[in-house]
Amino acid sequence: MAPQPLVVIDNLHKSFGHVEVIKGVSMTVAKGEVACIIGPSGSGKSTLIRCVNALVPFEVGSIKVLGIEVNDPKLDKLKLRKHVGMVFQQYNLFPHRTALQNVMMAPIQVLKRPKKEVEAEAYALLKKVRLEGKEHSYPGELSGGQQQRVAIARSLAMKPDLMLFDEVTAALDPETVGEVLLTIRQLAEEGMTCILVTHEMGFAREVANEVYFTDKGVIVEQGPPSEFFSAPRDPRTKAFLSQIL
Amino acid sequence: MSSKFPVILPLGAPLRRQAGGLPTLRLAPWHGVALASIILLSSAAANAATGGPIHASVLAILARWTPLLLRGFGLNILISFLSMAIGTVLGAFLGLGLITPSRPLRGASWAITQFFRNAPWLVLLFFMIFLLPFHIHVGTVTINLPSWLKAVIGLALPVMANVAEIVRGGVRSIHPGQWEAAESLGFTRRQQLWLIILPQSVKRMLPPWMNLYAILTTSTTLASIVGVNEVVSLAGQVLAAEGSKPYLLAPIYAYVLLMFFVYTYPIAWATQRLERRYHVRN
Repeated sequence: MAPQPLVVIDNLHKSFGHVEVIKGVSMTVAKGEVACIIGPSGSGKSTLIRCVNALVPFEVGSIKVLGIEVNDPKLDKLKLRKHVGMVFQQYNLFPHRTALQNVMMAPIQVLKRPKKEVEAEAYALLKKVRLEGKEHSYPGELSGGQQQRVAIARSLAMKPDLMLFDEVTAALDPETVGEVLLTIRQLAEEGMTCILVTHEMGFAREVANEVYFTDKGVIVEQGPPSEFFSAPRDPRTKAFLSQIL
Repeated sequence: MSSKFPVILPLGAPLRRQAGGLPTLRLAPWHGVALASIILLSSAAANAATGGPIHASVLAILARWTPLLLRGFGLNILISFLSMAIGTVLGAFLGLGLITPSRPLRGASWAITQFFRNAPWLVLLFFMIFLLPFHIHVGTVTINLPSWLKAVIGLALPVMANVAEIVRGGVRSIHPGQWEAAESLGFTRRQQLWLIILPQSVKRMLPPWMNLYAILTTSTTLASIVGVNEVVSLAGQVLAAEGSKPYLLAPIYAYVLLMFFVYTYPIAWATQRLERRYHVRN
C-alpha cells in the first residue's frame, strides 16, 4: 500500500500582477517523505512553498494539507498553521526575545497551553537542536547557524506534521551550514515530513526521497535522487546540474 | 552588502526617514556658550555706552526679572508637556490607523495625518484659539478654557500627526520577515503587532519622538502671538517695563534663548546618543 499523501498540490498557478511565477505545478508528498525542490533563482520555488502554508494567496489550483484545502476563502489559517511549520532563509527570530522565549511564544499565545509544560518542552527542543546553554541568549548573540537551529526548534514547538524549509542555509557561513543540515537530517530520520527548497545538492542527494527540479514556474523533472542526479533526462536539468556540481 | 541581510543593515537610514518632515534638532555645547557671551558682551557694551554703573547694570536687570521670566518659562514647559501627552496618545491611535489592513480606515488616517503634518503650526494655533469657546458647559459644570489651554490643544494637533508618522515609520522599519515568521506560527494579526512588531519598533520610535518633543518645546513660544503669557510675551513686557531701552533687547532675548537651550540640550544630546546606539547595534 502506498503511504498516505500528506500534501497534494494540484495544478497550482500563481501570478504577481501580470507575471505568472508558477504555471501549473502538481506534486504529492507522502507522510514521512522528504521532498527537495531545486532550481535556478526566480523559478518560483520559494513562492511554491509559501503557498503551502497560505503565506502567499493563490487563485488557481488546489493544495490540500492533511485534507485541508488551502485555496478556500473560508480557510481557518490557524488550523492549517498548527500542522505546518516553516523555517526561513533569514531565520526571522524575534530579536527582542531570548532563544527560549522564541520557542515558547507560539505554543503559549497561539495554542494557549500552560507555561510550565511549554517551558519544559522548549528546553528539550533546544537540547535536541544542540543549543543547550544558549536558552537565555538573545538572537543577536548567536551565530547564524545557531539562530537557524533556534528557528527550527521554534517551529517544532507547534508540533507540526509538515516542515517547510526555504533555503535555510543560503544565508549561513559555510562552516555553520553543516550543523543546520545535521538537525534537518535528524528530523527527517525521525519521520518528519519535509519540503525543502535548497541549493545543497549533496544534502538533497542524501536526504531526499524525491527531488523536483523547477524552472520558469514548472516542474521540469522529478525523481528519486539516485536517478535524478546520476541520470538526468531533461537538457535543462543537465545544464543546471553541470553548473552546480 | 546586499539588502538580503537585514540584520546588518544600518538602522540609521530608517530612523532618519522616520523623523519625517521635521528637522533633527542638533544642539552643541558651544551654542550655550555663544548665548552666554551675547548676554555678557552686550551688557558690557551697554555699560560702556551709558557710562557705567549709573544705570543698573544689564545683569542686575536680568537677575531682577528672572523669577518672572522663569514663571513664564514654566508655562512653556507645561504647555509642551500637555501637548506632547495629548498628541502622543492621539498620534498612537492615528499611527495604528495608518498601518491597519482596513482600507477606509487607513485612508482616513492618512488624510488626517497629512493635513496636520503639513499645516503651519501657527495657523493651527490660531484656529484653535478662535474656534474653541471660552467656556464649555457639560451639564451643570462649566469648564473654563483659558488661552494657554487652547494653545495646548492647538499644538497637540501637529504633534499627533507627527507621532502617527513616527509610529508608522517605526513599524515599517521592522523587516517583513518578522510578520511572515509570526504569521506562519499562527499568531493573529493583532498578536503579531502587539507581541512582535511593536516591542521591536518602540525603541526605534524613541529618538524621533524625543526630537519632536524638543521641537515642540521651542514651538510653544508661538503661543505668545495668540496672547498667552509665556516667556516670550513676558520678555516683551519686561522690556517695556525697563523703558524699552534698545541695548536691553539683545541680552533679554538671548537670556530667553539660553533658558530653552538649557532645557532642550540634554534632550537633543540623549536623542543623538540613542540614535547612534541603535545605529551601531543590531
